[in-house]
Amino acid sequence: MALSIATRELDGVTILDLSGRITLGEGSVQLRDAIRELISKGVKNILIGLGEVNYIDSSGLGELVSAYTTAKNQQANVKLLNLTKKVKDVLQLTKLYTVFDIYEDEASAIASFK
Amino acid sequence: MESVSRVEEEAEKLMEAAGIDPDEAFKLVMGVREAAVNAVLHGNSYDPAKFITVTMECSAEQLMVTVADEGTGFDLEKLPDPLAEENILRGTGRGIFLIRSFFDEVNFRQLHPGTEVRLVKTFAASTGVSS
Repeated sequence: MALSIATRELDGVTILDLSGRITLGEGSVQLRDAIRELISKGVKNILIGLGEVNYIDSSGLGELVSAYTTAKNQQANVKLLNLTKKVKDVLQLTKLYTVFDIYEDEASAIASFK
Repeated sequence: MESVSRVEEEAEKLMEAAGIDPDEAFKLVMGVREAAVNAVLHGNSYDPAKFITVTMECSAEQLMVTVADEGTGFDLEKLPDPLAEENILRGTGRGIFLIRSFFDEVNFRQLHPGTEVRLVKTFAASTGVSS
């Protein structure tokens, strides 16, 4: 299943609800474009919801890292929400789990931006 | 990328037919997919005139996969360690690391032209195959 991205705002945080796969050719470009569009609009607080993402490959991991570094370079923040076990396992394996701010519930994630 | 999807589908079918534990199969299919992506993207540089050749054999004891491309090859020694502090924020360079994490043996062989990677996973009697 390809990646779908739904965007919403809550308390000054832009939330991207992702669903599907983040892989080369099946979502990594969509994620990159979505993040770049938000950054170009001056959005500073971005929360990526991964609760419906059941697969991420090395390209998808690269896009998450790029989102993080692109945001940092523009004094913005990208944080992650609701990792599925499979995505969490891959982030831990690659040590990226320690790079990102990761939350299990939305309220805590939103509060962390304040 | 159609060839990558096909390789992934065939690997999934093979694991299911062999009765591999689903969690284990997920990792192995991911490793096979990463190898196919490397072959298409880095090996063949997306050249539609070039092919990748994939073989998969699975028994109760072992899974063996080979993925060959028709590219110019690469220097394994020059691959950066994706876990090193200076590389952790790189956007690329995690594919072979993931493959090595999921398989017991990962060996590269230079072809003329191209590169072949051979992946081997040996199943423990109690964890690999469910029956």
